[in-house]
Parts: sequence; C-alpha cells; structure tokens
Amino acid sequence: MCGIAGIVNFDGLDDRAAAGRMIAAQRHRGPDALRTGSDGVAGLGHARLSIIDLAGGQQPLGSVDRRWWITFNGELFNYRELREELEALGRRFATSSDTEVIVNAYCEWGERCLDRFNGDWAFAIWDTVQRELFLARDRVGVRPLYYTWAEKKFLFASEIKGLLAHGGVEARVNLAALHDIFTLWAPTPPETVFEGIFEIPPAHWMRVSPRGVHVQRYWDIPFADESIVDRSRADDARWLEAMLQEATRLRLRADVPVGAYVSGGLDSAVVAALARRATTGELRTFSISFADPEFDESRWQADVVQSLGCRHETVRCEARDIARVFSQVVRHAERPILRTAPAPMYLLAERVRQAGLKVVLTGEGADEVCGGYDIFKETKVRSFWARQPESPLRARLLARLYPYQPRLQRQSDAYLQAFFQLGTDSSDPFFSHRPRWSLGERLLRVFSPDVRAAWANDNVIERLASRLPSSFRGLSPLHRAQYLETTHLLPGYILSSQGDRMAMAHGVEGRFPFLDVHLLEAAAAWPARWKLSGLNEKSLLKEVARQLAPASVVERPKQPYRAPDGAVFFAKDLDAETRDTIDHLLSPGQLESTGLFHAPAVERLVTKFRRGATTSVADQMALVGVLSTQSLVEQFCASTPRASCSASPFDCSSHPQLEPVREY
Amino acid sequence: MNTEVAREIRRFIRDELMFGEDDGSLTAHDSLLSRGIVDSTGVLELVTFLETTFKFHVEDDELVPANLDSIENIARFVERKCRACFVAN
Repeated sequence: MCGIAGIVNFDGLDDRAAAGRMIAAQRHRGPDALRTGSDGVAGLGHARLSIIDLAGGQQPLGSVDRRWWITFNGELFNYRELREELEALGRRFATSSDTEVIVNAYCEWGERCLDRFNGDWAFAIWDTVQRELFLARDRVGVRPLYYTWAEKKFLFASEIKGLLAHGGVEARVNLAALHDIFTLWAPTPPETVFEGIFEIPPAHWMRVSPRGVHVQRYWDIPFADESIVDRSRADDARWLEAMLQEATRLRLRADVPVGAYVSGGLDSAVVAALARRATTGELRTFSISFADPEFDESRWQADVVQSLGCRHETVRCEARDIARVFSQVVRHAERPILRTAPAPMYLLAERVRQAGLKVVLTGEGADEVCGGYDIFKETKVRSFWARQPESPLRARLLARLYPYQPRLQRQSDAYLQAFFQLGTDSSDPFFSHRPRWSLGERLLRVFSPDVRAAWANDNVIERLASRLPSSFRGLSPLHRAQYLETTHLLPGYILSSQGDRMAMAHGVEGRFPFLDVHLLEAAAAWPARWKLSGLNEKSLLKEVARQLAPASVVERPKQPYRAPDGAVFFAKDLDAETRDTIDHLLSPGQLESTGLFHAPAVERLVTKFRRGATTSVADQMALVGVLSTQSLVEQFCASTPRASCSASPFDCSSHPQLEPVREY
Repeated sequence: MNTEVAREIRRFIRDELMFGEDDGSLTAHDSLLSRGIVDSTGVLELVTFLETTFKFHVEDDELVPANLDSIENIARFVERKCRACFVAN
C-alpha cells in the first residue's frame, strides 16, 4: 500500500513542484520510494510501500503504449487471474505488478473493470490522449481518496495533508461535518471536516475532464429479502469456511512477510488460524494489552497464540502512552475523534514496523458482515420489547446485552425504556441508531453559542438520509442497521481513524479477509438467523470458528475493542511535554482562539475529570472530541497558508498542447 | 417544594450534567430525559449526589423517572426521604 497524489490543470501547465510536495507530505505511507510524473497537464505522484514486484512496480506506471498513466494505492488481490484473462485478450505487460493489471483492465473494460476487481484500492488513471482523469475507490472504503480544487486546478491525494501541501488550499473547519462527527461519529461523505475538501465515497468512481466532473456509484451491498431464501445452514457454513480460507490466501499474496493482529476476539482468531493453515513458515502475530482489566484481553490472546504456535509480540499500552501519542493520532486521523481507541492501534502499528513487517491481516469487517455488533442485538430486543412494553423480562434483556457496562445493570425498567428509546416508532428507518445518535445531543453543550446557532437549522440525520439509496428504506430492520454500520461507520471511523491512518502512519498495510467482495455479497443474502440466532451474534461464523479457534475465545461474551478514555489525559504520570500540550489545547485562551467550544463548559468538564469524578459516556466523548478537534485545528488550520479554495467547475476555454509523459 | 433544596439540585444538574450551561430554559418540571440531560451514568451521578448531600440511601426500586426526572420530582423525593429518615425514640 502506498500514498498517491496528483494535479490536473486543463488551463495550462501543471505545477510539478507542487505534485512533489503533495506526495512528500505523505511519505509515511510509502517510505520505500517517492516518484512523480507529468505531461504538462497532469502531474501524478506516488509514495511507495513495496509489497508486490519489489523490483518492477514503480509508479506512476504507464501502459505499454504510454497513453495511460496510473498512481495506485492498495492491492488487487485477484491480479494474477485478471492478468491471464487480459493476456488472452491480447493485452501486453512489462512488469509483474498488480498495478499494471489495473491499467490494462481499465483500457480493456473502462470503468466496468471495477466490477471484476477483488481488493482494496484508491487509484487515478490519466489518459494523456483524451485528457481525462479517472479515479476510483474500493467498495467499502479501505483506502482513502480525497480531492479539492485550488483555483482551477483539480487536486487529489490519499490524505488531506497531501492536498494542503499544494499550498493553494486553505484548511477551514466545515461546521456541518463537525456536527456530523459529534452526532454520527463520522462525517457523511463526500464532506470532510474541512470546507471544500471532499472524499470520493466508497464504491464510487469519478471522471474529471475539461467538460466537468462526473461521480458515480458502481456497487452497493446486495441485501436480499430473506423470506424468499431457502438454503441449508450446513452448506453455508462449509461455503463460509472455504471462502474465508480463500480470502485469507489471496491476502497473503505479497513479496514480503505478512503478519496478523490478535485482539483476543473471535474474528482475528479466525483470520490468524486461516493464515496459519495457508503458510508453511513462521506466522508473526501482534497484540495490545492494557493494565486496566476492563479493557485487557491478554488471557484470550494467549489462548490463540498458544493454539497456533505463532511468534508473538504484545504492546503494553498504558494510559500515559495514549495521551503521549494523541496529537500524532489526530494528525494522521485528520478528523476529530470521540474515542481514544485509535491510539493503541497507532502504537501497535509502530511495533509491527519495528519488527520489520509491512503487512498485517486483521479481523476487521466481521462484525458488520456476519452480524456481530451489539447494536444489531439491541435493535432486535428493542423491537421485541416494544411489542410488550410492560414486560419486566423483556426490559432486563437490554441490560444483559451490555454486561461490560455495570452502570446499566442498576437501572430500573422505566429508565431502561427511556435510555433505549422504547417510544420510538419501530418502522422509523433509523430505529436502530436513534439511541446512539441521541448521545450526540449531550455533546453539543460544549460548543460555543456561535457554533450552536449555526447548527440551529442543520439536520444531521436528514443529511445522511438524503445520501442513502432509495432502496435503504425497503430493507429489513437488521439489514438497515447493517447497512448504516457498513457504509457509514466502517469507512468513516473503523477503517480510517482506527485502521488505514494508524497503520499507514508507520507504513503498515492492513488486509481484511472479512471484507472480501464475495463474502460481502453472499452474507447479504443469508437468512437473518445465520447472523443473529436469538441473541447469539455471528451465529454461522461461530460454527466455523469452532474448528479454528480456542473454545475460550469462541464462547466468551463479545467484548467490543475499547481503550481507556478521557481520564488518560489527566493521569498522574504524564510526561511534562504531554501535560503542557493538553493544558494548552484546553486553555481558555486556546478555546477562544479556535472559537468552536464554549470555554466555561469545557472548564467544567475538565474539572470533573481532574477531580476523578464519575464520568458518563457523553463526558468521555465530549472530552476526547474537544481535545481532538482543538489539536486538529492547531495542526491543520493555524499553520496552513491562507489562499482561496473554490469548488467551481473547470473553465474549458483553453487546452495546452500535449507533451509526452516524463518521469524524473 | 423546598426552594433551597431545589436550588441545590438545579446547581448540581447545571454544573455536573450540563457542563454549566444555564440559559434559564430548564424549568422545575422539565423532563431531564426528554431534554437529553441524563443518561445511565447521569442517573447514578445524580443518586450519588443526593445520597452524599442529603444523607439518605436510595433503594433500587426508587430509581425511577417518577422520582428523579425533573427538579420538582427530585425535590419532592428528597423531602420525602428526609422526613422518613427522622426516627423519634
């Protein structure tokens, strides 16, 4: 995996030095080589993390006839099969890389090539003859891709810092996206937290030409009406195991060693076991441990490691470590975060890199695809309870869903009803997510009166609804909840802030067998009980896992990955520099200067943490949200050169003469 | 409703549960749930505050919105509990 960047200027010569700056700002994504190429209209940049075809895979890479040039971040896992097909059609290849397969596939099939790809990608292909730029992003958003305009120049990059390095783009906070993040935990694409900077949404492609810009969705999760499905559970279990084995085998394709994360949960245990089966040599695995038993999963990690015989390393994550790396975490996440959970992932990737590895497999995606999240069970219980609101037994089911939240256990039925919004109409398309999203209302109290006034008529949920396909409302309640988790939170937080950005901060690529397109599509047609059987989550996957993972891991109650939150910033053993940074970001002066938060409200919140009082989930999220936003603004907005950034369409009046593509 | 008690309760709600926000719009009978002021921790924070400030014990079956969901309800609940605490020998 790598970093990409580029500029297109249909009006005149591109600024080659700027393309160089844009890619250099993303050097961490590809420390093995930095290259740029240009034809005078378009400039492409590439920071390479060499994984496949170490000798021949340099980019930007041209087609054999040098008409098309590509800069590509990601992996095309089925490139060998596609290459055979393309060669049979007469396409020629000069390298053995997956990158060249993409170029040839695009030449052969146009944008329909994406339908054939199995992998994680963000790429741009420049057609030197047609003068068109084609950009595309993988189906679930594993790899990032951002774009903006600087005057009439179109810019793209893997990370926002690449766009800002151009010098003609101003980083200004987009209040609507900030509202989205504090309510939905992630921005709603194509918006980002910076005004005028957009992302290409997952499963979309984009074409940029002198005639304008066209963006189109090419794929969606094909949820099927489960009532018409008549199938055998045993057959599906056999298929799932074979499919996961194949997905893992494809993801072990690399010319460098591939390791695996072991979280202590079921999903990573399954992936590590399948990787163990598919490799003859040593398998290296990595885990995080915490001092606080509320978060620590060492016991189960040890069971997995012992059963597989891996060469294992554990990163011990202390509260002070989370606080120490937090600014770096925000710099890489490039958006406010409401939880500290990305920080240990940052430390884990650092260890992987120190151990000499560049690629890791993880269990990411299993909860979305196979039905693992608590929110799915919660939705089911809430619907069940709503049919008989007076039932005390049904009420207690809700508290039982969250055994790791002791404060819920003491609540009366009446309060449980209120917290889980029993009154909500269960035909509401967002029924599943209302309780989570309503937490955001409490967080908004930390914002300044000006910001809250700006949000008075801003409806976050309507904005999200307006970007969902019309088919969403026709889905079953479970599928609607899965759709929201898979298309919004997964790319907007899990795969980005906790995934790609933390790993790529250290030049480490994550690969996710559970997000293989064949599994995504097949699982969308499973009967609901293959996912939730009663209140047993990931029911079919667990059946497969029994052959692969230790019983202690398969049978343990599900525990979501969490890290120590707000209190870490006030730990007694922080180093002086970290303490100063936190004090500075939360100081009234600094709060006033960014203008986003209400200093007296933040002060009360901070006082609550400093005196070690009991704090709620909303307090925790508010504190982490304030700190990350303050840090983001300081790192991205203050030192960025001020210049205009407009989203105006291209002026088509002049076209430069085509020059041959050059590399330097 | 004892105004002194109600004032103390309002102060706690404002400072601890609303990050100090007080635009005067929270009335004595507004629902803390409907206004998005308490969550599961908030209820327990409130109970801890009542127990330490007014020196009584809140039983689990008293943890219901009818006792705790508005300043007015809480103040009446506190009065009731305080009266019940006094035992004449």
